[in-house]
Amino acid sequence: MTAGDPVKASSIESVRSAIAERQMTAAAFAEEFYARIKKEDGEIGAFLTLCEDRAFAQAARIDQLVIEGKPLPPLAGVPVAIKDVMVTRGVRTTAASKILDDFIPPYDCTAVARLEAAGAVVLGKLNCDEFAMGSSTENSAYHPVRNPRDKTRVPGGSSGGSAAAVAAGMAVATLGSDTGGSIRQPASFCGVVGLKPTYGRVSRYGLIAFASSLDHIGPFANTVKDAALVLRTIAGRDPMDSTSADVPVPDYVAELEKPVRGLRVGVAKEYFGSGLDAEVRAAVEGAIQKLASLGCEIVPVSLPHTEYAIPAYYIVATAEASANLARYDGVRYGFRARGARTLAEMYRQTRDGGFGMEVKRRIMLGTYALSAGYYDAYYLKAQKVRTLLTRDFEEAFTKVDVIAAPTAPTPAFKLGEKVDDPLAMYLADIYTVTANLAGIPGVSVPCGESREGLPIGLQIFGRHFDEATVLRVAGAYENTRAS
Amino acid sequence: MASMKVTDKDVAYVADLANLELSPEERARMLRDLNSILEYVDRLGELNTENVEPMAQVSDRHGVDVSRQGSERFGYASRDDVKEGLRPSLPHEEAVENAPETDGTFFVVPKVIER
Repeated sequence: MTAGDPVKASSIESVRSAIAERQMTAAAFAEEFYARIKKEDGEIGAFLTLCEDRAFAQAARIDQLVIEGKPLPPLAGVPVAIKDVMVTRGVRTTAASKILDDFIPPYDCTAVARLEAAGAVVLGKLNCDEFAMGSSTENSAYHPVRNPRDKTRVPGGSSGGSAAAVAAGMAVATLGSDTGGSIRQPASFCGVVGLKPTYGRVSRYGLIAFASSLDHIGPFANTVKDAALVLRTIAGRDPMDSTSADVPVPDYVAELEKPVRGLRVGVAKEYFGSGLDAEVRAAVEGAIQKLASLGCEIVPVSLPHTEYAIPAYYIVATAEASANLARYDGVRYGFRARGARTLAEMYRQTRDGGFGMEVKRRIMLGTYALSAGYYDAYYLKAQKVRTLLTRDFEEAFTKVDVIAAPTAPTPAFKLGEKVDDPLAMYLADIYTVTANLAGIPGVSVPCGESREGLPIGLQIFGRHFDEATVLRVAGAYENTRAS
Repeated sequence: MASMKVTDKDVAYVADLANLELSPEERARMLRDLNSILEYVDRLGELNTENVEPMAQVSDRHGVDVSRQGSERFGYASRDDVKEGLRPSLPHEEAVENAPETDGTFFVVPKVIER
């Protein structure tokens, strides 16, 4: 790293080693990144809130360790940012909704606390679709996010701010949440790495709930190795989240070193159907050929229920959302409509004024699916189809170690292109919702660009709790592009 | 299931259940969107799911000790009882700090019962 170009530092290791070798202080890194945010983010819109006091206090702790010659934690001084659906003590957390416009959480999300315990410097909170409901970040109640690779296009969603911040060099790594593709699809659109871990791998304590059986927290980074480092930091059982699983956490970074030769990579024709953009298909097929050239065995598999994933997902997700969002009633926190004469009127006016259209639409759909007379036809049916979709993966993983697929059917679309057509927007998640329904891990890694220069993502799925193999295959592929 | 399954009356009923008021424009939009989405969802009916168990959670199938039954399977999630009563929770003043209206002890809301 040259002295005149300190924020060339785009990897965790480059930041940490610059601090360890006293080339830069953690405080200087924080200043550099805030300067970059102030310069770039006016146009991009990735951040909703900056927390300079918290960041510089943490940076000072790291710099003190350096002065005292003490060992540095693995993410020492690394500038990170957090999707605004994870609560941060004393730092405004909105879920990109007006209903939480002034909410100052009294506690920290476990994933954020673990990043900070590992030395990371939290710069601020990142824009997203309201309550993580959307695929383009255009449902933010504050402002949309523009794709740093083409500012006329969306960054994907719902974690659009998390993807854009990494892509624009405004953070070295970020956290997002993924309920139906909200980490992987924006990673694909912005040309960065995004990982959704196994359900239960990362605690959701402090994650503002959207659909509890589908919600996951995971990292965005420039490289597979950095995603592995962040996952290693945030993974593992948390007594504060009873759905976090008591499964040993391997050293994902060390696991990347293992060879991929002989691994069986499944390819399912259902992920290469008629809705797939020709350039995306070519890039993903090219990536699969690369894996073959590394000695992976390419094996055709079938995931026959894939076409039913989106309808099943939108019933399960909205049903759970309608229950989770019942808590926003204007009583204990958040926005309250003024002037109501009765409690019932206050609830209604608060929710009417506080929620945006997509959130209302999903609450309505979910409430309908759960209502008397429709429960069996919609919610129970969708839960049964969820079993079928999960069995598809279980069956496939008896034959293969991972499955390779496109992350999204197209590259990033234009701002405004799908806002008036909710169904078209939902179909942007067609290749990602399956992993949420089944709970398996999935990563998106860049695998090329369209003729217009838009990033394309390769998605790798793996067995439950086998992020190590998923990351290893993604990393091996990534290495073929670097060389 | 015929098309246009959701009616104006259904929208009003569901909005009521969901504690939403919705403007006339929003209701019209909701009617259109719910029908379009549910028409798409109807393809689930093509699948025979008669003998398929519903899956409420991933942990119904993974990440638990499947040799056990019911809540026993989630044994890892339980902890020993705390001997000295409840563990410390949020201090009262912090718990009400975000309230739109509070008297310092309670959350204050509009009148619940008319008399």
